[in-house]
Amino acid sequence: MLRSELIARLAEEYSHLRHDDLEKIVAVILDEIADALADGNRVELRGFGAFSVRERKPRTGRNPRTGETVEVKAKRVPFFRPGKELRARVNGGDDPEAR
Amino acid sequence: MSNKTVTRVEISDAIVREVGLTRQESGDILDRVLDLIGKSLEHENEVKLSRFGNFVVRKKAARAGRNPKTGVEAKISARRVVTFKPSPLLKSAVETDKD
Repeated sequence: MLRSELIARLAEEYSHLRHDDLEKIVAVILDEIADALADGNRVELRGFGAFSVRERKPRTGRNPRTGETVEVKAKRVPFFRPGKELRARVNGGDDPEAR
Repeated sequence: MSNKTVTRVEISDAIVREVGLTRQESGDILDRVLDLIGKSLEHENEVKLSRFGNFVVRKKAARAGRNPKTGVEAKISARRVVTFKPSPLLKSAVETDKD
């Protein structure tokens, strides 16, 4: 499913809302999550999952093409952990972590 | 880095503020968006939300694991796991330390 397909499905159910409002709604949701992560905050959406920021330590890397060593700085990366309900959904209704 | 947790309420309030829906409808449509993403991951392997990131379902084979607390060996069943691959835009927004 693409962003455009998600919006098309919403449009079927929320026929009283304008298409550009639905686009705006999806953008607001994703921007709120992105902004929270950019500020170093956590986003918890019960059932769906949690987005957080993980720290990556600095390391010595290597350019795979030239073999040159490069210093890779410490950085932060977005991380998503699916919630119980989502884990169950993709496993036919049964959360494998609860087995 | 602040340490706030953003939940449904904050995201729903942002929809109220930016699109002008009622709180009731904002919360409802947010739930629907998350549900449609989850439902889509049940049937297909990928949800691609441009400028935000992609949710990808990966298949993991069964393997031998160990309970980290007791050290007892236990079989980890085959399962499907949801991973999130952030867009380059989201990665760069989160990457740098703003402190």
